[in-house]
Amino acid sequence: MVTVRYGTHTCELKEGESLLDGLLRHGVPVAHACKAGSCGSCLLRSVEGQVPPSAQAGLKDSWKARGYFLACVCHPTGDLIAEPGGSDIRIAATITALDHLTHDVVRVHLACQAPFDFRPGQYLTLFRDDGLARSYSIANLPEEREIELHVRRVPNGRMSGWLFEGARTGAQVQLQGPSGECFYVPGRQDQPILLIATGTGLAPLYGIVRDALRSGHRGPIHLFHGATRPEGLYLAKELAAMSAAHGNMSYTACVLQADAPGPFEIGQIGQVVASRFSELDGWRGFVCGDPSVVRSLKQQLFLAGMAMRDIYTDAFLPSAA
Amino acid sequence: MHSKCIFLPTANSTLFDQLGGQAAVEAAVDNFYRKVLKDDRVSHFFDAVDMDRQRAKQKAFLTMAFGGPHNYSGKDMRTGHAHLVARGLNDSHVDAIIELLGGTLRDMGVQEALIQQVAAIAESTRNDVLNR
Repeated sequence: MVTVRYGTHTCELKEGESLLDGLLRHGVPVAHACKAGSCGSCLLRSVEGQVPPSAQAGLKDSWKARGYFLACVCHPTGDLIAEPGGSDIRIAATITALDHLTHDVVRVHLACQAPFDFRPGQYLTLFRDDGLARSYSIANLPEEREIELHVRRVPNGRMSGWLFEGARTGAQVQLQGPSGECFYVPGRQDQPILLIATGTGLAPLYGIVRDALRSGHRGPIHLFHGATRPEGLYLAKELAAMSAAHGNMSYTACVLQADAPGPFEIGQIGQVVASRFSELDGWRGFVCGDPSVVRSLKQQLFLAGMAMRDIYTDAFLPSAA
Repeated sequence: MHSKCIFLPTANSTLFDQLGGQAAVEAAVDNFYRKVLKDDRVSHFFDAVDMDRQRAKQKAFLTMAFGGPHNYSGKDMRTGHAHLVARGLNDSHVDAIIELLGGTLRDMGVQEALIQQVAAIAESTRNDVLNR
């Protein structure tokens, strides 16, 4: 039986139970969201005892060296003393703008009070002052002054509901991160690139496509954005203008249903992509958004000949809380 | 004048060396996994939910079948496939995998004699894989 001490709480973990689940079962409040080792909300720091390497997978080396780990994927094999993590690795930020882009997407702009380094396409964890945490992809470029997030309103979502209705500009939040491996790596500049997003999966791709263009990527860059209905599309004008300004970049909007024709394709995004590009040997791909769509598109791209190492994905996992 | 240094398989070099070692595994794994996913006889046994993890498993399998360093034991083979046997995994599926493995190597231009050796290694796991 493994015993964990966290602040003033002591609890014994059940067989197979994660440290996070053990703490929550004992009523200990710990910020958490995805419960899958990806969002970074439940970052804790080990003060004493051995943390399994799997609980530190994907963390920055400097964080690992300081004993940081993710409680939701931590299954300790021995006793552990942990403390809340994050205060020394989070930076304060101010909400400077909240723009409603569609009926269920709000664009959040944040001014950071300290430098925040990231690669376009990575994601961060946003902490409200009460400790509520959720992760969001970063849509802007590093040289732009403010962080840009696209937040989809989740039914009964506490953070997204707040950002939609309760939050005001000037509100203080904290940022932790960045995380994620879905970004443009300079090189192979003539390689064709295919980017596919559903919903707010557009956020990371909006950063990645601009990162590739400003890095001087010469190969064709094809961006597809899918939504259920036309009113779910956003940034369409900006992306059409980007395509007009760059001869090697194309933008295709795609909806499942529409009452009338418009500047979009109608159909499943995977089929729309397949009808345009069926042979993808040598291509690079980026797929972000709904997990089941990401999964099936990843397989589609792979079967069309894309090498697995050239496929970058970010599946937006729902919060388990 | 420089003479080119060419690696020549000798009587002593292992199957793994003759196939090209870890680089050959890396070159083969995407193609093999693609063949498996496209083959209706066996694709349903290959969980496509976590493709990266699945690819890593294929890589470990190919490394073993290519005669390379691996940590597979007969017991691992048994426990690793027990849930698939329960779902109907049988000789015909093992036959299909060995066929797809051969096809992968033929695509890479590997000589038939070496392909037979790889097939023999894969064949040697049959009873463990099928838990009998």
